[in-house]
Amino acid sequence: MRIPLKTLINVGLLLLVIALLLTINFMASSYIQRVIISLGINIILVVSLNLSNGFTGVFSLGHVGFMAIGAYTAAILTLPLSLKAVNLPDLPTWLAGVEMSFLPATLIGGVLAALIALLIGLSLMRLSGNYVAVATMGFLVIVYAVLVNWDSMTRGARTFSGVPPYTTFWWVWGWAALTVYVVWRLARSSYGRKMMAIRDNEIAAQALGINVMRTRLLAFCVSAFFTAVAGALWAHFITAFSPKEFYFTQTFSIITMLVVGGMGSVSGSVLGTAAITVLSELLRNAERGINLGFIQIPPVYGASQILMAIIFILVIIYWPKGLLGGREIDFSRLFIRPQRQKKSEE
Amino acid sequence: MLTLKDVYVFYGHVQALKGISLEVQEGELVALLGANGAGKSTTLMTISGILRPRSGSIIYKEHDLTKTSPEDIVQLGIIQCPEGRRVFGGLTVLENLWMGAVTRKDKAVIQEDLEWVFSLFPILRQRARQTAGTLSGGEQQMLAIGRALMARPQLLMLDEPSLGLAPLIVESIFNVIRELHSQGVTILLVEQNARKALQVADRAYVLETGQIKLSDNADKLRTNPEVQRLYLGGPSS
Amino acid sequence: MTGFTNLIQQLINAFSIGSLYALMAIGLAMVFGILRLINFAHGDLIMVGSYTALLVQVAGMPFWVAALAGITASALAGLIMERVAYRPIRGAPEVAMLLTSFAVTIFLENTAILIFSPISRAFPAPSILTAALKYGTLRISSLDLIAIGVAIILLVLLTLFVTRTKVGISMRAASEDLLAARLMGINVNKVIASAFLIGSMLAGVVGMLWSARVGKVDPLMGFYPVLKAFVATVIGGMGNLPGAVLGAYVLGFLEILLQGLLPATLTPFRDAFVFLALIILLLFRPNGILGPTAREKI
Repeated sequence: MRIPLKTLINVGLLLLVIALLLTINFMASSYIQRVIISLGINIILVVSLNLSNGFTGVFSLGHVGFMAIGAYTAAILTLPLSLKAVNLPDLPTWLAGVEMSFLPATLIGGVLAALIALLIGLSLMRLSGNYVAVATMGFLVIVYAVLVNWDSMTRGARTFSGVPPYTTFWWVWGWAALTVYVVWRLARSSYGRKMMAIRDNEIAAQALGINVMRTRLLAFCVSAFFTAVAGALWAHFITAFSPKEFYFTQTFSIITMLVVGGMGSVSGSVLGTAAITVLSELLRNAERGINLGFIQIPPVYGASQILMAIIFILVIIYWPKGLLGGREIDFSRLFIRPQRQKKSEE
Repeated sequence: MLTLKDVYVFYGHVQALKGISLEVQEGELVALLGANGAGKSTTLMTISGILRPRSGSIIYKEHDLTKTSPEDIVQLGIIQCPEGRRVFGGLTVLENLWMGAVTRKDKAVIQEDLEWVFSLFPILRQRARQTAGTLSGGEQQMLAIGRALMARPQLLMLDEPSLGLAPLIVESIFNVIRELHSQGVTILLVEQNARKALQVADRAYVLETGQIKLSDNADKLRTNPEVQRLYLGGPSS
Repeated sequence: MTGFTNLIQQLINAFSIGSLYALMAIGLAMVFGILRLINFAHGDLIMVGSYTALLVQVAGMPFWVAALAGITASALAGLIMERVAYRPIRGAPEVAMLLTSFAVTIFLENTAILIFSPISRAFPAPSILTAALKYGTLRISSLDLIAIGVAIILLVLLTLFVTRTKVGISMRAASEDLLAARLMGINVNKVIASAFLIGSMLAGVVGMLWSARVGKVDPLMGFYPVLKAFVATVIGGMGNLPGAVLGAYVLGFLEILLQGLLPATLTPFRDAFVFLALIILLLFRPNGILGPTAREKI
């Protein structure tokens, strides 16, 4: 089977990047290692959001709710029995005696989120553009309210701590690779074509016999699953969290990464995420004040958020399709000159 | 009065107008014919300043329209009655007509013009306080034309006034168009219904995929075998 | 007759809250009608106005001066917002505009946190606003009455504006069909700016009343009001001015109703229930109560 040169180059460069990532990870400081793990989790979040927002046009502003569901579910399940007795004394008995390992807990979190997505998806899928956004926002508000008030399960607004630090480089990037692969394949499959047809022109898609509801629902549920997995990974990375982490600030971060990378482009999402993650790390460090020897820039807490917002606005104005213009990245373009097409007679 | 020269208009990468040239003299009724997608509406939108040509010139009484804002183009007296009526559905008939005159300052004369529009379209006077959305297709077309007239057009551009209307209504609308023409209003009429258009026009252009293919006096075009075959449904009157 | 007095008090409460939501919702609906933009940053206009009023009072000025300053500040902020963030993206897909308004919100809120710290500050209000009137067992806060009164006056003025003035009718025309409005020679920039101006001034008024009501200001104070106002416009049918007002009062009543009906253990979930009600409503009326019921014609 002859493999086109283009594919060879792209795959080759991809392997190179992966090798690079591995090397950096095992040679770098623990701080850099933590950034790389954050990056992996963010990639899962953004790519799965892209599945819903970018590919089907179902604009979900409430996805962080699924992240929360994944995080709390997995954390409750993996919390050691001794800590459960102390931190969650009012847990229902059937849960109080459970202590699972990482993978099953994560999977349960993911499946639970997907089921909830199915439920609310059935009601939301008929809505259009703005209304879906509102309704999914409503979902997030509801999840937040439940988390803050269901003391016996979640410790309410108090910090949920003591989560075993199971998340490692391999877990995160394993899941990330799976997510990217699944979304990539979906986008390229006939399902993917259906999704994009719906996104571009819903009525025409219906006329072509595409079952809009089912296609959207599938994308929404798959997307919720992976977002929840990311939540579980994050919970076991940061080991202590509260409902505040799963609200609109987090939502905006993810959406910024999505927009910068370009909706509808899987590789764009990865790049956009990488760019923003690195940038926000740099800015967060700068927030503590910079000592350049002769100049001292004082701490400006919150500056990173402000700058993110400005970047976001600039990107939307000047590169509305994202930095890649909504297309997938194609390294081979650096090496092969694209064939010039004959211009039709003027 | 109005001269277009070598106008090229693009929608992104798609070329809509490929170097068209046409002109309208004062007092004339010029028809712009062509099939769907030929570029007729694009032409009107470009004259109105909503679209901008990539190259070419549009001169109206020594004003360069390609450098004029749509609001100012309206001030110059070039008024378009767009395709599909586009009346303000939630506003009353009266409010729609006021909107036509929204840029004018001469209050007393506006009232006279309102009377003039009602005399041309008596049904509008009956429905003056009704919401425009409740009017029939034909009535909405009359309202759209009336609204355009309220702006005291020097050059009135009509985009497919007959579209989707019953033949009887089309007849009455074209009577009004004929009446306006005889009152001296300069008209640029875009139409798919070539037969009716050529009945009222002085001259006509035929547009085909963004280019002017034919240009002549209306009576010559009526008897032109090509035109008959393509637009008039075969040789006849 | 405490049951009856309680009912009256709750009714006034509901009207009062509904009035504040209504003034907010109209601003949102006006802008949405013309631009199809959901301006989340509308909530922060409340914050901008309130902090301005606070600073002016701290500087020693009487309340009414501070209130005027606050309303002016809100109006200016709204106009700047439109010019800098929203005009460049006119014509962009709806979600892009929605997200941009999110970005503006984050920008404003974090800037406020930076300048004023996230801790809330007390908002001094004159006794006329904070007084409570007593009729037997009935206790009515004068603020509620003033809020209702102000809202009614402003709503009447606004109705006159959109039905009798050139600019007002142009605004309605522009929200029906922007292209047709342009073809009539209507200066769309001016119309949009007017919509933002009026909406922002209303937000400023809400800011003064809201701050007096809760007695304090903080950088995130605009978040919940705009969310509620937004829910109100959706309930009523987006872009529809009477709908926005109706939705706002429905929301106000719904909130008070839930507050009264929910058992004590569930009251913290009240906001969640409101959203739940919204989602259920959207199931049956995807376009809101007063929105078009007809599905999009092919």
